[in-house]
Order: sequence, then structure tokens, then C-alpha cells
Amino acid sequence: MSRIITINTRDLNASSKNGGCGECQTSCQSACKTSCGVANQSCEKTAK
Amino acid sequence: MIHCFKFDDKNVVLDVFSGSIHLVDEVAYDIIEMYENSTREQIIEAIVPKHNVTEADIDECISDIEALRDAGKLFAPDKYEGIAIDLKKKKYTLKALCLHVAHTCNLNCSYCFAAQGNFNGQCGLMSYEVGKRAIDFLIENSGHHHNLDIDFFGGEPLMNWEVVKQLVKYGRSIEKAANKNIRFTLTTNGINLTDEVTEFCNEEMHNVVLSLDGRKEVNDRFRVDRQGRGSYDIIVPKFQEFVKKRGDKSYYMRGTFTHFNTDFTNDIFHMADLGFKELSMEPVVTSPESPSALTEEDLPILMAEYEKLAREMIKRNSEGNGFTFYHYMLDLTCGPCIYKRISGCGAGTEYLAVTPWGDLYPCHQFVNDPQYKLGDIFEGLSDNGKEKRNEFAQCNAYTREGCKDCWAKLYCSGGCAANGYHSQGSVAGIYEYGCKLFRKRIECALAVKLSSVTEEDIYHPEN
Repeated sequence: MSRIITINTRDLNASSKNGGCGECQTSCQSACKTSCGVANQSCEKTAK
Repeated sequence: MIHCFKFDDKNVVLDVFSGSIHLVDEVAYDIIEMYENSTREQIIEAIVPKHNVTEADIDECISDIEALRDAGKLFAPDKYEGIAIDLKKKKYTLKALCLHVAHTCNLNCSYCFAAQGNFNGQCGLMSYEVGKRAIDFLIENSGHHHNLDIDFFGGEPLMNWEVVKQLVKYGRSIEKAANKNIRFTLTTNGINLTDEVTEFCNEEMHNVVLSLDGRKEVNDRFRVDRQGRGSYDIIVPKFQEFVKKRGDKSYYMRGTFTHFNTDFTNDIFHMADLGFKELSMEPVVTSPESPSALTEEDLPILMAEYEKLAREMIKRNSEGNGFTFYHYMLDLTCGPCIYKRISGCGAGTEYLAVTPWGDLYPCHQFVNDPQYKLGDIFEGLSDNGKEKRNEFAQCNAYTREGCKDCWAKLYCSGGCAANGYHSQGSVAGIYEYGCKLFRKRIECALAVKLSSVTEEDIYHPEN
């Protein structure tokens, strides 16, 4: 693909099959306390 | 749904529902933007003269786009409506508590959402007995959750330090038998930070949030003591010492910017230059009548500031002198699953705030709002509490009307319920001003992330 570079990302559709364990950190506890963002959270199940 | 944007020399295509990210050249960028609503002939007619390419070039690019589409990485369909409906019916169990161990503060910051620590109510400290019961309440109601989060919050939690220590000790004494792992965090203004506090935090606190607004004149505009004296000179040396001893354990230096410092990147750079590397800076959320409230006129300035921050981070990263900005952190390969991305912070369902007297609220932002008193840790949720919990359970990235067509909804998970409530009068509302800033931050976050792509980061389809 000469014009497109695709970056490795977690497949969100696949995560619907094995996600939802609810063990990751509560997002508002981490730093913000006034907004909501989840994209910077890490999954407890996927290995680095 | 796709979202295409440009940042300096980067052309980025985000495929919303697969989470895929593509870096593309100008030709592919224009073709992808046209692809869904144009024929091959229309694409050729528009792109050939614009970019001085051949029909064969266009056909090759279209073929690549279709290969990515077939691999589920471009124009992926939205399959998550069902999950969103399931989440509304889910039986929630408790996972996190914001323990308000002190409804009082040794600073007197005029912009404080907690009304200088007492949340527009009575001042007070949480007793050990109340805190202990709160931890028991969390464990009793935590169901299948193994990891539980407890944040010591206030007011200023170090004004009740002995109780904080006792509660950590208590939590540690019971977590194993309950098959739980409690992650304690602490948010502090630093005034009472001592060597003893530092040592204890480094031993026991999973994360510590340190409050500083940046440059001395900015910090000391709001972050003053009861006599009006600025806190910068007291807290900065303490924070530096704390971070030095913290090693590689998590912390965040967190500030708030207001209408008075729309050039807030200078405050972030100042923090970085002081030696702090884990940084967060939040836009103030306050009544529009407040002089510190951000205005519509501020918005373009803030957008430019976020871009400036991204460029400076890219530069410092390349020089080996980088820092982390909380809102630009993206874990692309091991980030949150789709359930988390839809359901969000868990306020009112998995996450509750506890006052010094044991009263329960959906989160720290609702404390002392009588409508949102949910019950207490002794008797559990009241009828009103159960009703309100249901109200929160109905809120997710798919139920908020304002999120319907937003490309960033799987990054903010529908936004902060408290901001929606204060902005539109409903926890199902949105805070559009915050949404605009959020979308800009995600674009900038991606720009930073994509500035250091290596061969290992690139997807190669199997042949």
C-alpha cells in the first residue's frame, strides 16, 4: 500500500467478544476529576 | 464512520468503529474522503487534475482502500448498539469509591468546584469508623470485581492524614481474604506533604495526584491560603522532593487553566521545566458568569494552544526530554475494550463518592446536591438512590443525543455526566464546549503518537 500506512491498533470489534471484565481503573480516579476520557486507560487483560 | 484531519505534515484517517488509524498521503486522503459518496469516475475526475496522478494510480489506491475495508479496518460498520442496550440493563456492582476524608481545606482557591473544600455544606473530617464502614460497603457490593479503586479526596485529604493511614492499613488487612486488590490513590494540594507522607504514599498509593496550576503568578492567582498568600513557594519544593523519591511509581501533576491563562501551555512547559514529567491540565468547569469561566472567544486560542503543546511534545520527545500529558496518552494496542469505551467513568453505578458522614453521591461532582443524595454506607441506596443509579445506568456513549454523530464518542465514552448535568440540566446531556476541546485533544494526541511510528507499529496484512 504505497499511499496508506495502517497503524497497529486494538480491534474494537474483536474486543466486544473478549472484553468487558471491568477490572481496569475507574477513569476519573486517575488524574482528571473534571472530565471524562477513557482512551488513555490501559486494559488489564491485554498483555504489553 | 471515519474522521479525517491534517496536522502539519500528517494526514490522518481514523476509522471510528474499528479503532483503526491510517497515515495517508494527499491523494489517498482525498480519495478516502470521497469514497463513500462518489463513483470511481467522479473520484478520477476530481483527483487526477488536482494531484497530477494517473487513472491507474487512483485504481491502485481504491483497491487498497477496499482491501482495508474488507479487513474491517476502514469504513467498519457500527455494531455496538446492542452492547449499549445491554449495558443499560446490566446489574452494576461497585468498583470504586471517592472517599471524602476531609471536607475542609488549608487552601482557599476561589475557583474550587468544592467551594473551598466543604462542598457548600458543613466542614468536617471523616472518622475512622465511617471510613472503615465505607471500605466494607465497597467490598460487600463489589461482586465479581477483583481490582477496586479508592481515592482519598477532599477538600484536602492530608488534613485527615492519620485516618488515611489507618484506612489503608484496614483495607490491606482484609483485601486478600475477600479476594480483592485495592488500589489506593490520593489527590493533594501539597501543603501538608512531609517526608512521612511521601514514604507512606510511595509504599501504598497506586497513584498520587499533585495539584499545581503552573507558573507562580498563575498558581498564586487562585491557589492561595486563607490569608490570600500564594502556595507556589511552599508546594513546589515539596512536590520536587516527592517526585524524586517516587521513582517509577505513578503520579500526576495536575493543574486547572481558566480564562486568565488561556496560554496554559506555558504552565505545562513550566511544570516540565521544574522536572515534573507526568502532567495533566484541565479546563476549568464553572458557571458562565464566573470571571474565570472560559469564553467562546477563548476557544480558538485554546485550540491553537493544544496544537502548540503537541508540537512541543514531539520536539522534546525527539530530543530525549519528553513528558507525558494525560490527555495525549493513547494506548493504541492495549487500550480499553469497547465496553469501557461505551460505558465510561461509571459514576453513579460502579463509582460513588462518600462524604465524611457516610452519605453517598454518584461522584465527587454531585456531593451535597440534595437531588443526588443516593443513600449512605450504613443503609445502602435509598429509593431515590436506586432511581438515580438507574438514571446513570441509562447514560452511555450511545444514549446521549449529543454524541450520536460524534467521531470521538469511543474516546470520551459520552463525556462527564456532571458536566452534562451542569450544562444542560441532565446527566444524559453533554457539555459541548468541553466536547470541542476533547475532540481537539484527541487529534493532537494522535499527532503526537504518530510522530514516532516505527516499523513495529505498522500493520501488514497477511498475504
